[in-house]
Amino acid sequence: MTTHVPGRAADAKTLLDGEAVARALSRIAHEIVERTELDEVALVGIQTRGVPLAHRLRRLVEERSGVAPPVGALDITFHRDDVHVRDGRRPLDRQPEVRETRVPFSLEGLTVILVDDVLYTGRTIRAAIDALLDFGRPARVQLAVLVDRGHRELPIRPDYVGKNLPTGRDERIQVELVEVDEVDQVLLVGGGEENERG
Amino acid sequence: MADPRVPALPRRHLLAVADLSRDDVERILGTARSLAGSLDREMKKLPTLRGRTVVNLFYEASTRTLASFELAAKRLSADTMSIRSSGSSVDKGESLKDTALTIAAYEPDVIVVRHPSIGAPHLVARFTQAHVVNAGDGKHQHPTQALLDLYAMQEALGRLEGLHVAIVGDVLHSRVARSLVQALSLVGARSTLVGPPTLIPPGIDALGCEVSTDIDAIADADVVYALRMQRERMEPGESFVPSLREYTALYGISPERVRPGQLVMHPGPMNRGIEIDPRVADSDAALVVDQVRAGLVVRMAVLYDLLTVAPAPARVEAAALA
Amino acid sequence: MMLVCRNGQGDSLELEGRVVAPAQGIDEGLRIAVEAGVIVRIEPGSADGPFVAPAFVDPHVHLRTPGREDEETLATGTAAAAAGGYCALLAIPNTEPVVDSAAVLGSLVDRARHEAVVPTGFMAAITKGQRGDELTEMAELAAEGAAAFTDDGRPVESAGILRRALRYGSLTGLPLALHCEEPALSRGGHVHEGAVSAELGLGAYPSLAESVMVERDLGLAALEERRVHVMHVSAKESVEALEAALARETAVTAEVTPHHLVLTDEAVRSLDPNLKMNPPLRAADDRESLRDALRRGTISCIATDHAPHARQEKDVPFEEAPFGVTGLETAFAALYTHLVLPGVVPLETVLERLSSGPARAFGLEEPRIEVGARANLAVLDLDAEWRVTEDGFRSRSVNSWLLGETLRGRVTRTIADGREVFAA
Repeated sequence: MTTHVPGRAADAKTLLDGEAVARALSRIAHEIVERTELDEVALVGIQTRGVPLAHRLRRLVEERSGVAPPVGALDITFHRDDVHVRDGRRPLDRQPEVRETRVPFSLEGLTVILVDDVLYTGRTIRAAIDALLDFGRPARVQLAVLVDRGHRELPIRPDYVGKNLPTGRDERIQVELVEVDEVDQVLLVGGGEENERG
Repeated sequence: MADPRVPALPRRHLLAVADLSRDDVERILGTARSLAGSLDREMKKLPTLRGRTVVNLFYEASTRTLASFELAAKRLSADTMSIRSSGSSVDKGESLKDTALTIAAYEPDVIVVRHPSIGAPHLVARFTQAHVVNAGDGKHQHPTQALLDLYAMQEALGRLEGLHVAIVGDVLHSRVARSLVQALSLVGARSTLVGPPTLIPPGIDALGCEVSTDIDAIADADVVYALRMQRERMEPGESFVPSLREYTALYGISPERVRPGQLVMHPGPMNRGIEIDPRVADSDAALVVDQVRAGLVVRMAVLYDLLTVAPAPARVEAAALA
Repeated sequence: MMLVCRNGQGDSLELEGRVVAPAQGIDEGLRIAVEAGVIVRIEPGSADGPFVAPAFVDPHVHLRTPGREDEETLATGTAAAAAGGYCALLAIPNTEPVVDSAAVLGSLVDRARHEAVVPTGFMAAITKGQRGDELTEMAELAAEGAAAFTDDGRPVESAGILRRALRYGSLTGLPLALHCEEPALSRGGHVHEGAVSAELGLGAYPSLAESVMVERDLGLAALEERRVHVMHVSAKESVEALEAALARETAVTAEVTPHHLVLTDEAVRSLDPNLKMNPPLRAADDRESLRDALRRGTISCIATDHAPHARQEKDVPFEEAPFGVTGLETAFAALYTHLVLPGVVPLETVLERLSSGPARAFGLEEPRIEVGARANLAVLDLDAEWRVTEDGFRSRSVNSWLLGETLRGRVTRTIADGREVFAA
């Protein structure tokens, strides 16, 4: 999950263009088909950009296999560990807007694949696992991310990765998707405020 | 111990509707809507306030509001503690200030206060470092009630801007009325206060509402909000109305007075047959049950909001100068 | 009547500065020499130094002695007065016990001889226990040294009793100082009835509760041809009643407090019990009427109604707190900052109403700056800026309406009855 600044910064570098994004997603879909029992799979996207990615993966998986896994959406705001005001100081992040959480199917016996755009410290995924388990007890939970930028702070590892993009801590990865930003691309924005959490 | 008059670190409270901006209200109602989703799940708890402590300090009999705040805190995984005026050292004559200082020693994150005296939550805020929520102070304010009423209206009618709400009854003694008039004004709705002249305080129209002593003034309201006839707040022998019978005849919300499409609300507990006819109370037009459900998610949202949104810079400065 | 305090040698000292004595028409640089407490010489001097004015007289101070020495003692209360530039004060008898007998008054006067730092006079009650039904032994109290009679804290509820007190009291030649409030209208009221009280939900009472009693009391005073003093006027309707009575040549004087001249009921929005007093702060047009009356002399006295309260009694929610705020140590600075500097009331008027006005109203010797007079002087630094804090008070109590405020103007030295009683 990224905190987005609309518009393109002057020093942004394109790491993946639209075609590269499509290839990465295609690869993920292919691996999902290869490695899972598709009729026991569900895709749950993490708000915000994980959700359209989950929908795209569903389509791609269906194209390859004829099976369309169910899709859910998770907003993890209420499970985060970094939003609280401490001693009157500003919270660590701006209070994010809470978006839809919808998991309209039972999780029993399923392989739930959490889908997100960027994997960074792992804290978002930890919160997502917590949020997911509020809905029931899946057989297993896996993780698919478009971009892995390194710098994990928790023992979380992705099962499916679109692209590994090593970055500096002072850099920011900005994922843009047609459904939200009208274009598909992954940008690297150098320097500035450390405000990305993933 | 630090001088309690030295300004504490700036922190937000919800002591009165005046503490909120329109943005604050919309944000809190939005958070409440998001939290409402959790009510339908089997796992109704959220870990958001895990490790936080919420103390409920209630000096007035109130099962429903206390239960609402307790459950709201527990659903967010906070630790809760409730201190009621019966059976605690309050009855041994301990002052509110001393009780506040005692509670402060436990370093709670939030203290929810209900008290028969105006300004009691403000006093608790002065002597502790917690965020303070006013759950009702005398006849002054009950801000979470106003918020849950707005929430219930918005859920039922889909909007708040432009709504007309008629508030009927004992306005003089009602913290609910005062809070609601201000909250409605904040979100672009308007209100008309209706009641016997002796129960409408002179000068209340300064809040920006209409005033009428004729029950027919409720006719064009979208929502009719009936206030409890607060018998216990009138001094013995004060009789603000000659009899409850005459009050009901003139101002009771009866089926004849409610037109189709109007919603009816009541902060509870209801005096069936006095301010509200039982047929109206049980009709589909009455949102009373929705108000209870609204109370839970709105109070969850208030607790969440206080602990996650820092004070706006201008307010921080003002607080420091105070 | 007499004013008593700890007697000592008169001091010898010299003061030089801009001397302003409005009642005498003095406003110039002078050098004043005092020997053994008497002004012996006045010469032209430099006007560059501090301001020097006749010291102030407060006819309405609650010293809480006997009975509530935890709130104020004769020593601390008069020390507070000294710090405020006062050379004389009159104490209100609503103590525990009430000063309603010669025995209580006499013992109080004796104590003052040992403890009071500034000359103090004691009013006696109009009715026994201030209960409003039986007259006190007014003649004996007058002989014992009572300065005036009052049931302040409460009104004299019965018109019949007040009439009798006025008539019988003519034996004493002493004025009655009256707290005007119709209890049937003020019951349950904590603040002024208006838009602010309607919004906050606080129990409130209307101005009429005061003015209706002012009219009644002035009517009775006229009927009995006795001089009365109306205490702590707060409402414009009361000012109108005063003007009508003065036009009819009723012998009446009146006082107003600094807080009523400075604040309105908007101040109670903070719900701070240090803004709760009786009569309450009223609306902006009432304040305007009071300021106007002060300027024109309809109200000739400024009196603080200094009312100390124990901290634990004021550290409670607003409605539970007792009425009353302190004021001796901040009176001049509050008036200078909020009335003089903004140009609302001239400095000369304020000085006159703080000193000559109250002295005349109660038949006290007016502080005068002239050769042969006892020295009663207040030295003022008009440029000083200072913050009102709890630890800055000489009063035992800290329930000030100005806590945390920054004020301009400060008393730096007070000479009362020829002795230096305060130096900053």
